Amino acid sequence: MLKVNGISYRYQNNGPWVFRNFRLAVQPGEIVGLCGYNGAGKTTLAKIIAGYLKPHEGEILVDEQPVSSFTGIRPVQLVWQHPEKSINPKWKMKKVLEETTDLDEELLSLLGIKSEWLDRWPSELSGGELQRFCLARTLGKHTKYLIADEMTTMLDAVTQAQIWHALLELAKQRNIGILAISHNQHLLQKISDRTVSIA
Amino acid sequence: MSGQEMIGANPSVNSKWNLRRQTLAIIVISVLLLAAMTVSGFLIENEKLSVNLEARNSSPSLDHLFGTDWLGRDMLARTLKGLTLSFGVGLLTAFLSTIIALFLSLLSSWNKKIDHGVTWLIDLFISMPHVVTLLLISFAIGGGFKGVVTGIALTHWPSLTRLLRAEVMKVKTEQYIGVSRQLGKSRWWIACNHYLPHLMPQIMVGFILLFPHTILHEAAITFLGFGLSPEQPAIGIILSESMRYLSTGMWWLAFFPGLSLVIMVGIFDLLGNSIRKLIDPFHGQR
Repeated sequence: MLKVNGISYRYQNNGPWVFRNFRLAVQPGEIVGLCGYNGAGKTTLAKIIAGYLKPHEGEILVDEQPVSSFTGIRPVQLVWQHPEKSINPKWKMKKVLEETTDLDEELLSLLGIKSEWLDRWPSELSGGELQRFCLARTLGKHTKYLIADEMTTMLDAVTQAQIWHALLELAKQRNIGILAISHNQHLLQKISDRTVSIA
Repeated sequence: MSGQEMIGANPSVNSKWNLRRQTLAIIVISVLLLAAMTVSGFLIENEKLSVNLEARNSSPSLDHLFGTDWLGRDMLARTLKGLTLSFGVGLLTAFLSTIIALFLSLLSSWNKKIDHGVTWLIDLFISMPHVVTLLLISFAIGGGFKGVVTGIALTHWPSLTRLLRAEVMKVKTEQYIGVSRQLGKSRWWIACNHYLPHLMPQIMVGFILLFPHTILHEAAITFLGFGLSPEQPAIGIILSESMRYLSTGMWWLAFFPGLSLVIMVGIFDLLGNSIRKLIDPFHGQR
């Protein structure tokens, strides 16, 4: 179980709290939607849960172990909103996938990644195509929980549906817990087992 | 305007010699000139450099294009030999400086404290006059080829390091670095695979633009007498020896070797800037 245990965060010492004593639990295989208005701290929360930032108070536990104690490929992975920013522009797509060492071929076909894309540069793919790579990269065998921070916000409705279909199927197969962060209430209601709201 | 042409396109883009081709041509010509200079320097035998007292102090003529000195040695041969030596010293020192710059800039990505240390070191070296540090190091090591190379290599890295460090700092905050860390990659792996490809254009251009600096400083400290030993036909030696004969009207002793040095340095500068234009076209927009 992914347990967010009363975390608090602020960007400056003595600055205003972004959130205080935030609690959340995600079961394996469960899909939790998280919504909140602009600037409520959704992305900050995502970064803390995934281990990019350290909370000032509280802790994140994965199966009762603090998330910071894991080495190697971390069990909690984050998919960012802008795929073009989270892929090294100097790498070919093949190398982007090779960064994850425990990837399986099946996943690529499930996400609709075509083999001819592998020899291209990131600038030669569209946003939707890049986001599939970002998703594939974070879905190695070690991944137990996925945080999707506005993962499909900048994609058109068809691609959005395709990507979520693939991800939901995979989550069911592998028992992956997902925290879906979005503005889009309808999307969250459609995909998640329950929704929570920040602030 | 015909239908095939792009609306509003610069007519020079369509002509045969667009900027890209011009730049490429400049690069090819510069490389050829430098190669010709180096090869001819190697081909000159030592007897060409030998003393010939019958032909001493002759002004430039068809036999001796750059004239001869007070011992009758052909100045063209000496200049070419000297330029080749300077070329070698420049290549070695620029390479060593670039290695130091790369190492320090990658080191500064480690954490804030090390970054402060590296920045402090850069500031320290930049705040001291180049030539003074260079003289001190070269003198402490005992002069000669080793002293010059060590001195120049240890004084020419700061400006390139500052450039590379800034690039590392920029890349460090990118999302894909964070993702890489979450995927369990080590700092060393990230440095080699993420930072290095971003630094490569800067390194190549920086390396070539270091060249003129190192060559001029080699000539400068050799001229001052702290560099290469007097029996080596380095440009600095030629210039400093010729100073004694300038007052007797033998202008060609200093003029041609000095001019050749300036031309070689100019070619290198042109080469570096052209390569930058080619591989890093957005440099001007930063």
